[in-house]
Amino acid sequence: MSIKVLYFASLKDILGRAHDELDAAGITTAGGVWHQANPNRPIPVNTLVAVNMDYVDIHAHVKDGDEVAFFPPVTGG
Amino acid sequence: MLKTAMKWPSFRPLPAVEMQIKITTLDFNPWQEIQAYQAGNTIAGKFGATSVFVGTMRDFNQGDEVQGMTLEHYPGMTEKQLAVIVNEASAQWPVLDTLIIHKVGDIFPNQPIVVVAVWTSHRGDAFDACRYIMEALKAKAPFWKKEQLSTQQNRWVEKNTNGYANDTKDYTG
Repeated sequence: MSIKVLYFASLKDILGRAHDELDAAGITTAGGVWHQANPNRPIPVNTLVAVNMDYVDIHAHVKDGDEVAFFPPVTGG
Repeated sequence: MLKTAMKWPSFRPLPAVEMQIKITTLDFNPWQEIQAYQAGNTIAGKFGATSVFVGTMRDFNQGDEVQGMTLEHYPGMTEKQLAVIVNEASAQWPVLDTLIIHKVGDIFPNQPIVVVAVWTSHRGDAFDACRYIMEALKAKAPFWKKEQLSTQQNRWVEKNTNGYANDTKDYTG
């Protein structure tokens, strides 16, 4: 099992990729997911975070099998 | 007394809220979609008010000419969050039915981007619930616009505005 990480819109362009697959070992929070996937890169200001398609804050707990998404402020409608 | 209390769980799910949420790459005619959806719903005789918002693409934004846009979204989360929003509206106003259609992919000026239609018994609920859903969609539904400018530059729209030409106004719900 692992944690699926998704990036959207301008964040996807900045990182140069749309997704990562992480080994969940040692990861307990959404912030930990970001830092494992993007070492030495601070999370951009205003980045929104979702776990399993629900909005959470960066300290939210994550577990094996979760889908964690990072994206900029939404601009639909 | 205790037995009676235990007979009813403390949490009783609310009745299912009628809604249709459609995310589409296809062009659509909002008025035909609303007419067709209303013809197929089961609330004839119950509703006395339908409030409709249609969002259409402009050919200008932030002082620049815009030739086209690409709308990206997060499949699955978009539908999930829109359903949450409709349920939030239905908890505040007695909504009979809701239709939301949102375009994704390539879009050009004068094409519709979004439709929110709300059916209720009375007009106040229809106006308020439609406004609530639209504002919540702008704030929470995971869509992102990338504009193609007449200068051939592309840029991501960084945030939504307050929805007024006069930007000192605000929607307070």
